[in-house]
Order: sequence, then structure tokens, then C-alpha cells
Amino acid sequence: MEQLSGGDMIVRALEDEGVEYIFGYPGGAALHIYDSIFKANSVPHILVRHEQAATHAADGYARATGKPGVVLVTSGPGATNAITGIATAYMDSIPMVVISGQVQSHLIGEDAFQETDMVGISRPIVKHSFMVQRTEDIPSIIKKAFHIATTGRPGPVVVDVPKDLTHPEHKFDYEYPESVSMRSYQPSTRGHSGQVRKAARLLLNAKRPVIYAGGGVIQGEGSELLTQLARKLNYPVTNTLMGLGAYPATDRQFLGMLGMHGFYEANMAMHHSDVILAVGARFDDRVTNTVSKFCPGAKIIHIDVDPASIAKIVPVDVPIVGPVTTVLKDLDAQIDQQRSSSERTMPDAEAIVDWWRQIDNWRAAHGLWHGRRYGESDFIMPQDAITALYEATNGEAYVTSDVGQHQMFAAQYYKFDYPRRWINSGGLGTMGFGLPAAMGIKLAMPDAEVACVTGEGSIQMNIQELSTCAQYDVPVKIVNLRNNYLGMVKQWQDMQYDSRYSESHYASSLPDFVKLAEAYGHVGMEIKDKADLEPAMREAFAMRDKLVFLDIFVEPHEHVYPMHVAPNGAMKDMWLSKTERT
Amino acid sequence: MRRILSVLMENEPGALSRVVGLFSQRGYNIESLNVAPTTDNTLSRLTLTTTGDDLKIEQITKHLNKIVDVVKVVDLTEGAHVERDMLLVKVRAEGAQRDEVKRTTDIFRGQIIDVGPATYIVQLTGPIDKLDSFLSALGEAEILEVVRSGVAGIARGEKVLTI
Ligand SMILES: Cc1cc2nc3c(=O)[nH]c(=O)nc-3n(C[C@H](O)[C@H](O)[C@H](O)COP(=O)(O)OP(=O)(O)OC[C@H]3O[C@@H](n4cnc5c(N)ncnc54)[C@H](O)[C@@H]3O)c2cc1C
Ligand SMILES: Cc1ncc(C[n+]2csc(CCOP(=O)(O)OP(=O)(O)O)c2C)c(N)n1
Ligand SMILES: [Mg+2]
Repeated sequence: MEQLSGGDMIVRALEDEGVEYIFGYPGGAALHIYDSIFKANSVPHILVRHEQAATHAADGYARATGKPGVVLVTSGPGATNAITGIATAYMDSIPMVVISGQVQSHLIGEDAFQETDMVGISRPIVKHSFMVQRTEDIPSIIKKAFHIATTGRPGPVVVDVPKDLTHPEHKFDYEYPESVSMRSYQPSTRGHSGQVRKAARLLLNAKRPVIYAGGGVIQGEGSELLTQLARKLNYPVTNTLMGLGAYPATDRQFLGMLGMHGFYEANMAMHHSDVILAVGARFDDRVTNTVSKFCPGAKIIHIDVDPASIAKIVPVDVPIVGPVTTVLKDLDAQIDQQRSSSERTMPDAEAIVDWWRQIDNWRAAHGLWHGRRYGESDFIMPQDAITALYEATNGEAYVTSDVGQHQMFAAQYYKFDYPRRWINSGGLGTMGFGLPAAMGIKLAMPDAEVACVTGEGSIQMNIQELSTCAQYDVPVKIVNLRNNYLGMVKQWQDMQYDSRYSESHYASSLPDFVKLAEAYGHVGMEIKDKADLEPAMREAFAMRDKLVFLDIFVEPHEHVYPMHVAPNGAMKDMWLSKTERT
Repeated sequence: MRRILSVLMENEPGALSRVVGLFSQRGYNIESLNVAPTTDNTLSRLTLTTTGDDLKIEQITKHLNKIVDVVKVVDLTEGAHVERDMLLVKVRAEGAQRDEVKRTTDIFRGQIIDVGPATYIVQLTGPIDKLDSFLSALGEAEILEVVRSGVAGIARGEKVLTI
């Protein structure tokens, strides 16, 4: 059998896993591994400028491709810098394997140079972690790490490797395991058939149904099945922020996003529904508003691969533990069977027509895409900037975002027709996510258009990655909705703190982003005039091999609406503008 | 309601900290915790007592099961079971108290396992309420130190917790 050092084993195992990119940053405890990377010259490594960016880039790669992202960092500060990105992936259930160097085994616990207890500090934000104790175990641990990260409810896995175990002179047998089985880890692969039958009956008897689909449908590759099912039933569909693209946004049956900044028609339909089919969604507090007032008349069917997501927030009538794919197939078959059975259970056609009439009335009254719901100003409106982006990219781009108002405008106004195109940090809400994530996606899909919608606050959290983009020639487009404020913070301060802008502005100290982009060898464009918006956007996307930073000056005082009324509001209680509420 | 959860987990480094971490991270409380190896040296068995309504216990059980190192979880309080806690107590045993402590210990079927010139160590095993009443029955005697093992439990009859 082949003999390899620990460092070589790690690189070889990544190769055997079919890893396309390692996103990382070297340092003392990882140097043997880095030397192995150099010698093997097999898996390309992307040298970021900050370890947080390595995790976000791997995360963006994973969200867009469905394959696990891979990160390599050194011990101590390298490991701690990776933490925010690991937590971001954890909150949104993204598959990722993070390999961290550790000080030599005999120094562990001695406060050695660059020692931190990586397994300890990452414990609450990983799906699992390993501390390698013997070089011989490296192949099986890496195999398990990928297995755990990608199956069941996906998530990040940390593998911490003490430096001595990667020493080039200590060689051991290497064989990469073909499969893995763990008695303590067996995620569900199929929903309970009795529950599926109950769910089908409940759905077919619904008079005011809504399908509420989340990130699990995208991660679990269930979009097509979900779309078929929804069309077959002619039931309305709403997506969470994480689920956008799970159902085509331009379809008539799509109600838009639901939740805190969700569409009026989506929130109204949820609140007044009698049956909710929740698929791969986790009843987040940004969705439910006050839990005790959540959808009072609804019976709930909940499909989720993680039993702990079910009945965590709201009681559920029909829980189904299983992956979206097999469960939706079974459910579809059940529905067909019940419709053709002797009892011929059919949806109450008249009730469904009435329900659609009601929904269309809501749409016409305050629907987001029904006419223009926001004001005019001398400035470019942020919503118009997103619409211009949508048009310039024919709705086909991969769009990443940072966190804030710009994120919500992108979620509302870019109509995502396909899964995996909308890439943002929902659960942790990590400013600084957008640019490195875009980088990871563009590397995976060089021919696709990749845009990062950001704000002047967020972009500065990982702006250094403009350098990485220069090194590896990553021509993403940065769409900076510059409102000169930490806009989302300012919005809350307007609404709840009498417009006392405590530490939410910095206009006088912002850099000249055009020059900054140019300093890194990229193209910068400043857009202030409404008339320039569309042509500039097209010009930017026409520069296929250039990173273009579009600094778009937008109306500084615009708010994101609808917005749930809090505290104590139900889903139907929304602010529709600065002055109107439901 | 008080529950006794029995957990079989891989005998891996860090497994215990994942279980304990879960409780602090999600704001669940642990009343007692007892961990020891089993006859299968790849597994350890953990018994913990906690309180909460059905919903909370359901979440705790689900989250315990989610921990990759956890092989099995059983709520012993759902069925007939036996539970034992062990108490070691060092008491001042001088003058009249020397006989008094001995008498109380006998009544509770405890054992005096160490006899010092002015102290006894008493060992007592039983369900926690028995140990609690013993401690209060010691009355006048001065308790110098108390240590308890935490509850260990096992289902009655044919039911076994193995893999
Ligand atoms: C500024 C800001 C504002 C926000 N406003 C909103 C808002 O208005 N509306 C909104 O919806 N969100 C909003 N969010 C996001 C919110 O915080 C949550 O991240 C989001 O609602 C969670 O989406 P989800 O329910 O789809 O769950 P996800 O986090 O995507 O979780 C996926 C669920 O699917 C399950 N799952 C995974 N894989 C599978 C599979 N293969 N089969 C079955 N199940 C699977 C998982 O176990 C999990 O329960 C906002 C975030 C920010 C930062
Ligand atoms: C790392 C991090 N720190 C703080 C926050 C809190 N936060 C949420 S939105 C926001 C403002 C973002 O400003 P900007 O990027 O300019 O976007 P805008 O809201 O103006 O569109 C802040 C500070 C966060 N989400 N992430
Ligand atoms: Mg801003």
C-alpha cells in the first residue's frame, strides 16, 4: 500500500473527494500541509486576504454548486478568523469542511504559540468536529467529515490537525475509504408513509392552502418536485428569504417572499390560510412575527430532514421527517392515489377559486409587483437599481448580497426563477459575506454572471478581497447601493428611536470606491443620475472579463416595506409605507 | 416535570462536552449528571436528570440525538424503571451525636464506611428523595461535607438500552 505523510494524506483525500478548490491562508501549524499542496499541485488553492473570506468563499461555492466548500487555515488567529464564516454556514445549513492546523500534540494545553482550542470554540457552530489523534486516521476522518457535512441537514464540519501529525517524514499506509457507515449517525432517508397519507388528505381537503417553502428545498434539490406539486394542485407558494428560487418567482402562483419584509399578499395568505404545507423551512422569528398569533386557523404539515426543526417553534399537525426529494415524491404519489381512489378526494374547486380571488385582491391592493409601491426622489431609488440589475442580467445572474436594506431590496425585486441563484446570509446575517461568496461562485462557474449587491457599510467588512479577485482574475460585478448610512440600522432608529442616528452614519469618511477599485486594478463606476443607471449597468456587464465596482448613489432615507409590526403583531400586521399600516 | 434521560454515546474525546454544551447553549438545565464506561469499551453511558414540559423534553431528546457522537437516547421516566443515587456524607460524630448518627444510618440502611476520632463517613444509596430525607433526618448532627453521584437509572424488566 502507498505510504504518505499526514500532510500528503490531507491533500490526497481532498483530491479523492473531487474537491475543486481549497480556500485558505497559510501559517505555522499548517505549513506541512501547504508544502504538500505545493508538491502535489493537484487541487487548486485560492489564497484569500482574510480567513473569514475563505469560509464565505467556500460557502458561496457550496450554495451555488451544491457541493461542499473546503477551507484550510492555520491554528490560533487563522482558526478564530474563520469562526464567523463557520457560524454563517451553520445557521443556513451549508455543507463545508474546514481543516485547521493545530499546535503539536505534545504542546496542546500549554498555551503554546498560536494555540486556541478550535474544537472547543467552534463546538456550538459546527455540525460535528474532529481532533485528529493519529496520522493513520486522517483518511477515514476526512471521509467522515465530508459525509457528515453533506448528508441529512447539511452543515460545517471542522477537522483540527496537530502539526506533528502532518510531518513529511512520518509516513503511513494511505487508502481512501469508499464508503462510510456510522452507527451514531443515520439521517432519515424517507418520510413515514402514514404521515404522508395524512398530509395528502389534509392538502386535498384544504380550502385556503399555502405552500411555504424554505432553504431546505434548495439545499435538498427539491425545487422541481415542489414546483410540479404546486402546479398540479394550483396552490399558492411563498418562499422564505433562504428559499427564493425554490419556486419560480415569475410564476403566477408565486406570492413572493413571506415574513418581516415579505410581500403583503404572502403574509396575508399565510395568516388567513387553513392548511400550510411547510417544506424545508424552519419557522424563523423573521417569518412568524408573534408566535402565539401565528396563522390562527391553519393546520400545519411540516416536512424537514431534521426532527429538531419540527415543532420547535409552532405545534405541527402532520410532522414528516425526511429529505424533501423522497417525501415530495411520496406525497405526489399519494395525492394521485387519493384523487383516483373510490372516494376521489379532490380539492374543493370552488373554494380554491375563491381563495385565488382573495389573493388577487390582496395583490391588487398592496402587492409588491403590482404597480409602483415606492416613492420618487431626485436620487436613484434602490429598488430601481435592483430592477436595472435584473434587466441587465435577464434575471439569470447569481446574486450574492451582504446584509441590510440592500439585501431586502434584492430579495424583493430580483425575481429568482431558479434555485441556487440567490446567495445570502439569512440566519446569521453576516455583513461582509457578499464579495467573498461571489468570488467562490465565479470561480466555480466562470461563464455565469455573478453580482454582489452590497452597501457601503457591508462591503468594507471584506473589501480586501478585491485583491484576491485581482490575483485569480475573478470578474464579479459589485453593485453598491450607497445610501451613506448603515441603512437598516437607520431604518430601525427612524421607526423606534425618533431618528436618533446613534453610530449609523459615516458619509464624510467614505472612500472613493472608484479609485479604490482602480487601485486594485479593477474598474470603478460612479452612478448618480437616474438616466445613467441602465446604460451603466449594461456597460458594466458588457465588460465580461473585468471586475466592475458600481457605486450607485441611492436615496438615503428610503425604508424597506412591507415590514412586520412589532412587538405583538401577527403575520398580517404590516407597515406598508412610512405612514400606512394594515 | 422531572425526567431521567439515559444516553449511550461513543467513547470519543469531546463527546461529553458536546452534551453538556448543548444544555448550556440552548438554556436547558441539568440537575444531575452521571457518566461512566459500559461493558462495551467503545461506548459510555450518561444519565442526566432535567426538568421541563413535554415540548421541552422532546426538543432536548431530539437535540441529543442530533449530536453525532450520541448513539441512543431513552427517557426512562416514560416507563417503569429503577433509579439510584449514591451519597457520601461526612458528619461530626462526637458525644451523644456519635450514637445518634449511627442509629439514623441504620434506620436508612446506610453504612458507616470510615470512622475517625470525631467524624463518620456514611454511605447511602437510593432514589434521591430517600437521600434527601436522610440528610434532613441527620437533624442536629453537623454535616461537614456531602458528595452525591448523580442519578443512575435503568428500565425494569426486559427492556434494555444497548445498540
Ligand atoms: C436583515 C434580515 C432580514 C430578514 N428578513 C426575512 C424575511 O422577511 N423573511 C424571511 O423568510 N427571512 C428573513 N430573514 C432570514 C431569516 O433570518 C432566516 O434565515 C430564514 O427565514 C430561514 O429560512 P428557512 O426557514 O427557509 O430555513 P433555512 O435556514 O434555510 O433552513 C432550512 C430548513 O430545511 C431543512 N432541510 C435542509 N435540507 C433539507 C432536506 N434535504 N430535506 C428536508 N429538509 C431540509 C433544515 O433542517 C432546516 O430546518 C432575514 C434575515 C436578515 C439578515
Ligand atoms: C457583522 C455584522 N455587524 C453588524 C450587523 C448589524 N447590521 C445589520 S444591517 C446593518 C447595516 C448595513 O449597512 P450597509 O451595508 O450600508 O447596508 P444598507 O442597510 O445601508 O443597505 C448592520 C450594522 C450585521 N448584520 N453584521
Ligand atoms: Mg448603507
